[in-house]
Amino acid sequence: MTDALGEYIAALEPLARRLGLDYHGVDFELVPASLMTEIAVYGLPVRMPHWSFGVRYIHQLVRQSMGHSRIFEVMFPGNPCHAFLMDGNTLPENTLVAAHVLGHADFSRNNALFARFHEMAGSNIIEMAAAHARRIDRAIEEFGQQRVETVLDAALALESHVDVDRPLHREPYPAHAPERKAPAKDAFRERFERLPREAQPEPPPVPRQRLPVPPHPEWDLLWFIAQYAPDLEQWERDVFLAVRAESLYFYPVFACQIMNEGWASYWHARLLREADFLPQDLYLQAIKSHSDVVRPFAAGEQSALAVNPYHFGFTLWEHIVEKHGMERAREVCRDEDDFGFVRNYLDRELAEKMDLFTYQARSDGEVLVTSRDLDAVREAILAPKFNYGAPRIAIAEFRPDGTLVLSHDHAGDGRGLDVARANKVLEYVQRVWRRPVRLVTTGGLREPLELAA
Amino acid sequence: MTERPSRIMAETPWYELFSRGARDWLRHDQKVRDAVRSRLPELLSAGDLITNSENRTVLVPVRFLEHARFRLAEHDVHSGAGQGKGEPGQVLRPARSDDEQGAREPGTEGSEVRFVLELKLDEIVDWLWEELKLPDLKPKRSAALDEPDYIREGWDKRGPRARLDRRRTVKEAVKRRAMQEAPLAFTNDDLRFRQLVRRSTPAINAAVIFALDVSGSMQEAQRRLAKTFFFFALQGIRRQYAKVETVFLAHAVEAWEFSEEQFFQVSGDGGTVASSAFRVAGELLEKRYDPSRYNAYLFYASDGDNAGEDRASAAQALAALAAELNYVGYVETSVSAFHPRETQIAELFAALKGKDLPVGAVRLESLEDVWNAIRIFFREQAAQSA
Repeated sequence: MTDALGEYIAALEPLARRLGLDYHGVDFELVPASLMTEIAVYGLPVRMPHWSFGVRYIHQLVRQSMGHSRIFEVMFPGNPCHAFLMDGNTLPENTLVAAHVLGHADFSRNNALFARFHEMAGSNIIEMAAAHARRIDRAIEEFGQQRVETVLDAALALESHVDVDRPLHREPYPAHAPERKAPAKDAFRERFERLPREAQPEPPPVPRQRLPVPPHPEWDLLWFIAQYAPDLEQWERDVFLAVRAESLYFYPVFACQIMNEGWASYWHARLLREADFLPQDLYLQAIKSHSDVVRPFAAGEQSALAVNPYHFGFTLWEHIVEKHGMERAREVCRDEDDFGFVRNYLDRELAEKMDLFTYQARSDGEVLVTSRDLDAVREAILAPKFNYGAPRIAIAEFRPDGTLVLSHDHAGDGRGLDVARANKVLEYVQRVWRRPVRLVTTGGLREPLELAA
Repeated sequence: MTERPSRIMAETPWYELFSRGARDWLRHDQKVRDAVRSRLPELLSAGDLITNSENRTVLVPVRFLEHARFRLAEHDVHSGAGQGKGEPGQVLRPARSDDEQGAREPGTEGSEVRFVLELKLDEIVDWLWEELKLPDLKPKRSAALDEPDYIREGWDKRGPRARLDRRRTVKEAVKRRAMQEAPLAFTNDDLRFRQLVRRSTPAINAAVIFALDVSGSMQEAQRRLAKTFFFFALQGIRRQYAKVETVFLAHAVEAWEFSEEQFFQVSGDGGTVASSAFRVAGELLEKRYDPSRYNAYLFYASDGDNAGEDRASAAQALAALAAELNYVGYVETSVSAFHPRETQIAELFAALKGKDLPVGAVRLESLEDVWNAIRIFFREQAAQSA
């Protein structure tokens, strides 16, 4: 299969470039299913060890054994990109997947969010993560599993709590407020000063204003703890920064999932359609697996209580290309993330065509269609993606006695936190912060609630 | 600008060599075991473990550990986006009926995966003894009598059918068939029988008498405490002796012997006459467990109250027992924090202890105290028999 696949890839590539795809070359690697499973669990081929990945690994194995989940490819953007295909898939499947990967490669090179991360981090996330893993393995040897795990428990629990608008390498807060500049001389001020008046004593020099830490609510919890935790050793800070770097890498993948999968699906369909060098039966089988992946709901079902990002993104891109042309589509691909993509380009016509709706599921199992209103549908699709999928929690205060005060933006999130879990996270954090940790949120009746560890 | 062309890389064979997922899973497993260990007394006090442990393992159903993250509080109603036919207001899936709901109750998380941890009882007890740094029990020297017994040894071509060794017989048949042409399936010559020989083995037997006060004042929680304690005391004794016989006595005004299942369910009412239990225990020792041949232990659990007029006879019966037994342990179970004074039974034991008899007394208020009690009894016992 390797030879045939290599030939097809070599032939697909000029076609892709001719159609305008602009990407760094891709190193394809055919790997066993077991490694694909691990990549799906860890997000990266080599990543730091933590028991929580073990739990996800078992869940994934169970899902796969029940046939609920099949992994076709994983692609890591970079220069070159690196794609893993499953060696157990058929040649038509892998040909389709290779074309799909070219779509991802184009997307990740041109989309602004992806490009920004790669500018900050250099272009080899796989090696970066492997280096983190090695460092953590060394720390385990030196300081023992227990200590390293304590740090990872806290850091990984806060994985999504990064400020994605800040750079990867972030300077500490300035110690002092910037000095106030003397107001610029203008005509009014000059004349005002020349007015006759009593002699003014020289104003006393204003002492430079020390800024509090944090000077503003800080959303980048991982960075703040790495930077300001009172008793952390350097290697512990490095663990936090490693988790933060990987989290910043995962953000574009998370925030553009619909666009990215849709774009790749659009291109695999189009590349295969235009690849006249492919044998007919291979094309047929490939297109059959295309329609298995890019479909709104499982065969034999009438509806689905989730929107399949492959199908949804694919339909949206086809719509955009048809309506506004490829050039416009490429601009969208460059400038938007899923929020802009869905809000700006999912229109009434398309929502109706796709039969999108919002629903409510009650705890007794009853599921009701609630609305087909366009705005409601858009927001329901986007709801799980807000704030990297996590509640909005910021560092509000770092008290003189070392107490760390977190505050949850319950007004923005519309409700309080799951208290049991929040308490547990506070416990994790307290073990590395080593001073009291508090969290302000609201309870079930909107009453103020302060948790502490 | 020319880009490097895409290509298929050579295989990197290390992927198969090492599974990160399995490594992290083992670590999770280890953490679960540690967590289970720390809750052993609670887990083990459920179910009839004392004699029901023929296969000597304990199955502990556990949930996966959850690595917590900040999450918003659950709404009663969960909403989302879906795709398909249906008008606003239309019910896509009906509510579950009541019995369905009941059946689903455990694990409302939907597809939550659970697994069962199998712990060997011997391992648990060994681990506990190690953890608590408990000494091994020392049998009474006089009790180590030689007793003839039959044990299996060797084989023969003839013997009673009950002792036919099937595995060895089939092996013989297979060997013979390999040599012969058109062989018969089995012949009489293939049969092999296990043989027994009479050997004398040192008899180090132990008898443990558990006595429980089931008068009205003993509540469910107190019995649970007693049961947990009895279980571990028995395990500790089993570690040391080849054969352990158990007797369960319950008493209120009068004492009776019960089977284990009934033992923890009986409840009496009315007053408490502790001497009744001590007297029955004494009779049992006389009839069944000759203290010269058995290492006999008595563990008594009560809330400490005893009828005032029984004091003298209880003291007497107890003193007689203590002189015969390896050790008498008394656990006073109380779940309330208010103790105005030493109870009568506690006073009795304190008095016996003053006379250097092998007795010990401990209060149990919660499951954590069980460990403490075990530690005290086994240390004292070792110290006294040394």
